[in-house]
Order: sequence, then structure tokens, then C-alpha cells
Amino acid sequence: MTDFLYSIFVGPFADMIALPDFLMQVLWEGFVAGVLYALIALGFVLIFKASGVFNFAQGIMVVFSGLTLVGLYELGVPAFMALIITLGVMYVLAFSVERFVLRKLVNQPDIILFMATIGLTNILIGLGQWIFGGETKTMITEQLWLPTGSSVWEPNGGLVIFQHIDIAATVIAVLMIVGLGFFFSYTKVGRALRAVADDHQASLSVGISLNQIWVIVWFAAGIVALVTGIMWGARSDVSFSLQIIALKALPVLVLGGFTSIPGAIVGGLIIGIGEKIFEIYWGPLFGSGVEGWFAYVIALIFLLFRPQGLFGDKIIERV
Amino acid sequence: MSTAETFITPDGRTIGTVMMEMKNITLRFGGVIAIQDISFDIREGEIRAIIGPNGAGKSSMLNVINGFYHPQEGEVWFRGAKRPSMKPYQIAKQGIARTFQNIALFKGMTTVENVMTGRQLMMKKSFLWQMLRVGPAMTEEVEHRRRCEEIIDFLEIQHIRKEPVGSLPYGLQKRVELARALAMEPKLLLLDEPMAGMNVEEKEDMSRFILDVNDQYGTTIALIEHDMSVVMDLADRVVCLDYGKMLADGTPAEVQKNQAVIDAYLGVEH
Amino acid sequence: MFYREAGQYNTTYEQDLQAFPIKQDKIGIAIWLVLAYLFVPFFGIPGLEYGFAMNAIMIPVLIFTITTIGLNILVGFTGQISLGTGAFMGVGAYACYKLTSYFPDTNIIILILASGFVSAIVGALFGLPSLRIKGFYLVVATLAAQFFLEWCFIRVGWLYNYNPSGAIEVPQREVLGWIVTGPSAEPMTRYLVVLSILVFLAVIAGNLTRGRIGRSWMMIRDMDIAAELIGVRPLTAKLSAFAVSSYFIGVSGALMVFMWLGAAEVESFDVNHSFLYLFMVILGGLGSITGSFMGAAFIWTFPIILKELGKSWFGINATVMENVSLVAIGVMIVVILIAEPHGMARLWQIVKQKLRIWPFPH
Repeated sequence: MTDFLYSIFVGPFADMIALPDFLMQVLWEGFVAGVLYALIALGFVLIFKASGVFNFAQGIMVVFSGLTLVGLYELGVPAFMALIITLGVMYVLAFSVERFVLRKLVNQPDIILFMATIGLTNILIGLGQWIFGGETKTMITEQLWLPTGSSVWEPNGGLVIFQHIDIAATVIAVLMIVGLGFFFSYTKVGRALRAVADDHQASLSVGISLNQIWVIVWFAAGIVALVTGIMWGARSDVSFSLQIIALKALPVLVLGGFTSIPGAIVGGLIIGIGEKIFEIYWGPLFGSGVEGWFAYVIALIFLLFRPQGLFGDKIIERV
Repeated sequence: MSTAETFITPDGRTIGTVMMEMKNITLRFGGVIAIQDISFDIREGEIRAIIGPNGAGKSSMLNVINGFYHPQEGEVWFRGAKRPSMKPYQIAKQGIARTFQNIALFKGMTTVENVMTGRQLMMKKSFLWQMLRVGPAMTEEVEHRRRCEEIIDFLEIQHIRKEPVGSLPYGLQKRVELARALAMEPKLLLLDEPMAGMNVEEKEDMSRFILDVNDQYGTTIALIEHDMSVVMDLADRVVCLDYGKMLADGTPAEVQKNQAVIDAYLGVEH
Repeated sequence: MFYREAGQYNTTYEQDLQAFPIKQDKIGIAIWLVLAYLFVPFFGIPGLEYGFAMNAIMIPVLIFTITTIGLNILVGFTGQISLGTGAFMGVGAYACYKLTSYFPDTNIIILILASGFVSAIVGALFGLPSLRIKGFYLVVATLAAQFFLEWCFIRVGWLYNYNPSGAIEVPQREVLGWIVTGPSAEPMTRYLVVLSILVFLAVIAGNLTRGRIGRSWMMIRDMDIAAELIGVRPLTAKLSAFAVSSYFIGVSGALMVFMWLGAAEVESFDVNHSFLYLFMVILGGLGSITGSFMGAAFIWTFPIILKELGKSWFGINATVMENVSLVAIGVMIVVILIAEPHGMARLWQIVKQKLRIWPFPH
């Protein structure tokens, strides 16, 4: 019995301290994964804040945008041209979704809208596989001027490896978040987005076009998806299994609160790092693969005790 | 008057002993005081109206009577016993039913099905019998269906029995909600602005139904209402609130003459 | 004119409360049953090879109808969305497997029906969060169940009797002299067993949903606060929905492995399957038992039909048609949600309305 308790409460920490450079490596890996989760969650938050729609298709949008980019390049389109065309494709997607789906489902309960985005996911998976084929593709990292290779740090004789692409991903993510924050706070469109997020009726009454806002928001989410797709694809190739990993963004949102951008980031980091640490240090006890469900169980616990997450708005029921 | 005495209204109706008593109720939402130190009672068999300008705290008061909101201070006494803080379904068991200002019908069901939901607490046959739906389960279902049809006849909504309630006009939806509340065979019926959004004929119909309910089933009724003429005609006694405080408590005639009430409605500063 | 109810009066409440009060409906159901029991077992589906018709179409469709009814009880009647269906089918399948290991002499049909109870208990447990969580937040909780259980199916060796491949193989079992499970079991036998279990469970589902329990589920779905004020205990209503739903899903899981696949790996119970079943519910019609039949049949046979047509009419290969069907189903989901949220069941009702007055337009 004491062996069991030791192995859960003491052992893993001992392991951590024993090899501090390995711990650093694990923390770094978790951090980078967390940044990517946060980016996916960011896409969700954008759409949810502005339209109250929970866009289940965000994950597949990440894959689809990555696929489009690589697919175009393979057809011979130069890298940055492909990037611009892909942005265009994401815009068309945003426009179509708003025009053909959102507008028609305006007054339906949230659950119906949510299920419509599940249908949308199916469409994008089918289209993606149809146009680009189902095999894994390599991201055109170098062609996009993204760094490759790695740096090595040797603290006190230990070894920690930092992939350059990971560092780039973090920097780009930070830039994007700062950019979005600036956009929301200081531009006219950004203010309109915040108004819409707050109250649809009131925004309409001051002349904000909901339809235009939604197109903008879905496009913004599409851009975020593309950046995420590029980063993630650069680290581990573009394939449809990414879509399932993207589901992890859900626990991130639960932790951070569905309506909070800082929440998405903090939540993403907590999940990313927590997951990795749990898998490496407690994994051997349970058997490997605990990463598959760890995030969800954490989310479940949060839902039971603090459903609005760390930063979200408290939900009050009124009769 | 003491709680044990019966009470005779000016127009000769006899009202029974005290059924429910609010004692020094104070209700706060964060920093906002919705109800401040209000006490009044509701007697068996009477029709009690709660009136007051918008934002006076009437709906909150109804929710306290209902047991949905729990006052920070004060006590609620029901039939001679102090009522502890209860869950909504326990309140239903106590025999309190209500309708809502914004209509809380089950939009996915028909009229008959909605009224049948009111019988939920009274349907007892076990899960096993429900699976088989023969014998005792069927008998129970049919018996309750019969009672619901009586109520549907009573409120003259037979013609829309099989209609999904979501597609019904507003006035009829309110009647269906009333039918559902009646199906619970409540001792106390709470009506939150039953006449809201109705035209003159609809109001007359609804008033007639409310009086009939009180008359035929002996149900005690507490209602929130804005239309003063309705209140004059229906209510045995009235409570008037404003800004969470009680202004007057008495028969309609008494309350109507009360200066504080007149000031409140006319918007005089106080 | 085929569908006119003129002359058919319900004079008692019992008559009005029947599942199919209209005579034409009763005849329709009778015809389906006759076809299902007397025609299909011997002739399969006309135009298709018998083995293919039974193994690739009829048996899975019937099994998934049970799944869809189960999921519909949870999503359509009670309004609790779940993406854990795949895993709960697995619970039923593994439970049945363990039961056959412990009770090798017990009638397999009894074991299949018993394994549903294991699934019901697990389902009710994972349904506990629904008391505090609503709407799509519940999706996260059900995904937790889905991924955690999937992990258990791999990690907990006891579940698959420590078989080194990690998969379970279905042992041969007999009922009344007929071989019912295992490699030698005939398609006809398996089909009839599945059909009978389906009919039995469908009747129970129909009874439950039309009585007080079904009403309590629908009340929770439509307005849970009002439901509580009427006296419905959210705990009882929600947990009973999870339990009953998981029972159906668990039984269908056991049937899927024992009557259809003959073996199972964890992939059979993954999250992609959970989506598939949700599509069956949505297309068939939320809150409709008859819709569940339609939804399951459609979602399962549509890709097959499409692939066949693509191959024989246009010479397009199967992979492309597979993707086309994915897109088509996605589009149909969106269209159905926009145009007719009550799914094919409602569309069917509209057809019947038109049949009432046919050949007149209105």
C-alpha cells in the first residue's frame, strides 16, 4: 500500500528532480503543444464570442487550410502565392458558411447550430480527402521562410533540445494574439465585434451589420486556423488525424472559459504542459496513452466545480 | 384579525384561514435589494393580487412564494409550519403550481401532452409497468388523461388538443399553461401576469376562467397583474409593492384609495 | 385518398393512446413485419447477392437502428448531447464477452440482453455530470467518457482475456440447436435474432417514450426549470435517460460484435463512430422512434449505394465515392437542420398528409 502511495505522490516528483534537463525538455514540449492548442481554442473563442456559435469545424479548418496550402504548392504554385490563395479560400469558406448556414439558422437553439457545424466538419473532411487525397503531406516549411533545425542547450552537462520551428511557432502565436488584441481594442471593426459578442439586438440597433461581422469573424478564425495548420503541420505533418487532436481544444475552452482569449491561452498552456507531464511521469503507472483522456478528465472536473472556467463569464439562470 | 378566523369580504364571499404567511422577507441580488422587509398573508380560497409599478419586486415576490428564490432574511410559513429552503420539485409536491410571464410551455409537445405533464407527480406506476404499457400502467394513463380532458373542456381548448403548442397564438398558450397548472390540482396557484399581452375579450375570458377555477375547485390564487380593472373585479385582497417595499395591504377598494399607492402609480417622488 | 382516416373514430382514450391509431399505419407495420420475417430471411434483398445483402446491409442496419433508438432517447427526447456512443457500444461488447467467458453455458441471447445492464450502469455514471452541465458543455464530458473508455479497452487486459492481439474473438454459441454466434453461424439465423431483439426493444422504447417517463424526458429537454417546478426530479429524469439509452447502445454493441463482426478491435468503438450514430439520429429525426429506423438505414446504405452507382454507372472508384458520400451526408445534415429539424420522420409525416388528399393538391 505504501508502495502504491509512494509511486503516485512521491515517485514522479523524484523522477523530475533527478533529471532536471529532461524535465525542462518535457516542459518545453508541453509548452509548445499548449501554444498550439491555444491557437485552435482561439479560433473557437473568436467565433463563439461574436456569434454564440460553437464551431466544431475549427479543427478541420486547421487541417483543411494546411492541406490547401500544401496541395497548391504541389500543383506548382509558388509558396507565398499559395499562401495568399489559401487565405482567399478561407475567406470564401467564411462567406459561404455565413450565407448558407448561419443566416438560415439564426434563431435556432444553440444545439442545432452546434450540430450544423458537425455537419460542416463532415463536408470539409470529405472535400479535403477528395481534392487532396487522404495521405499525409509534408508542410512546406522552408518555402515559407520558417526556420528548421534545432539549437541545443547544455545546462550543467545536461541536454535540452529546442526545435527552431517550435520557437518560431511560439513567437508567431504571441504576435498573433497581440495583433488580435490590438485589433479588438483599437479598430472600428474590432469594436463592432465586441459589441456583437455582447448583444446581437443592441448591435443591430446601432447599425452594425451582423452578417458582415460574422463573415469577418469566420475569416479571422480561418486565418488563425491557417497559421495553426502551418505550425502544426511543420512540426508533425498534415493529416486528418489532426482533426481529432483538435478536439482537445474543447477541454482548453472549458478551462479557460469559452468567451475569453486570455483564457484560451492559459487553458492551452495548462492542458499542454499538464498532459505531457502526466504522460511522462505518471504514465508508466497507468500504462501509456493517458494523454488521450487526461485533458478531458481535467475539463470534466472543472465543469463540475467551476463551469465558467478560469476566465469565462458566470452563467446565471433566470426564470 | 387572527390567523384562525375566517374573513368575510365586502361583497359577501367567505375566505378561510391563513394558508401562507410571508414574515419580514428580504431578498437581495448581490448589491440590489429586490424585496425589503415585506410581510403579508394569503388565505385559503381567496384570490390575492400583487400589484405595483414595473420593477417593484412583484415577480421576485412570486418566486419567493414559489420557493424558487430563497430570501436572505425572513420566513415563509405554509399551513402553520415554517417552510424550509426546498428544491423546486419539493415545492410542487407541497401543492404549489404556477404560470410564467413568458410562458414556460414545453414547445416540443402538443396541448394534451403539456396538460398531461401536470399529472407527473401523481403517476406512480413503476418503470417496469411503463415498459410494458399494459394493465395498471394503461389504466393509470387513461385515468389521468380523462382528468386532463376535463380540464381542457373546462378551459375551452378542446379544439387545439393535438396542436403543438409552439404554433398556438399567445392567448391560447396562456390558457394551456393555466390548464397544465390546474392539472397539478394545486392548493395554491400562482399566476404571473396572466393577462399580459391580451386584448379585452381575451382578458374577459381569462378573468372568467380564473374566477371559475377559484369557485369550482376552491383553489387559492395569488396573481400579479397590471390591469387595475381586472384586479378590482377579481381580487379579494390586494398587496401593493413599490421599490421592494410594501405600500398597502387590504381590499381592492381600500388599496385603490391609498395615497401612497396613487403616488407610486403616478410616479410621484418619494 | 389512400391515407384518409374518414370513418376511423377513436371512441375511447385507450384507442387514442395507441402507438399507431390509424388503420393504414397498422397495415403498413404489418407489411414490414411480414417482409422482415418471411421474405428477407429467404430472399435477401432482390437484385443483390444474398450473403452481401444480409451481412453488409440488413444485419448492420438493424443493429444500428437499436443504437440510434438508444441515442435518440438521450439526444432527441431528453436533449442531452453525447459523443460517447462508440465507447458505450464497446462497454456492451466487452461486457458480453466477459459474460460468455464466465457463463459459457448460459443462453447467449440472455447474456447479450444482460450486458446492456453493464452499459446502463456505466452510462448512468458518466451521465452524472449532466446534472450540473448543460448543452454542448456536456459534449466535453461525453468525450471524456469516450476517450477514457477507449483507453481502457486497450489497457485493461482483463477485458479481452489477455489475448495478445488485444482483440476479442466471438466464441460459437447455440440456441435451441441453431448456431447463433461464431464463424459457423448462418446469416439467416443471425439476422432473425437481431430482428427479434430489435422488435422487442423498439416496442419497449415506444412504450416508455409515450408514458410518464418519456414525458419527463421531454420536459427536461424543452424547459428543465419548468419541469422541476412541476415536480420532475432532474436527477431521476436525466439518469434514467442515460441509463436506458446506454442499455440500448450497449446491447447494440454486443450484437455488433457477436452477431455481425465476429470479432472486435478498439477501432470499432472510436469517436468517429460516435459521430456516425449522431448523424443517424439527426437525419432520422430527433425524438422519433420511427425516424431512428429511417436514419440508421439511410446513413448506412447511402455510401454503399453511392459507391455502387459510381462504379457501375460512371466508373468512378470507391475512394472518391466514399468522399462524395461524406460531403453529401454533411450537406444533408446541414440542410435537414435548416429545413426540417425533425428529420426524415417528419418528412414522412408530410408525405402521409399529402397522401390523405391525393390526387388533390390541397
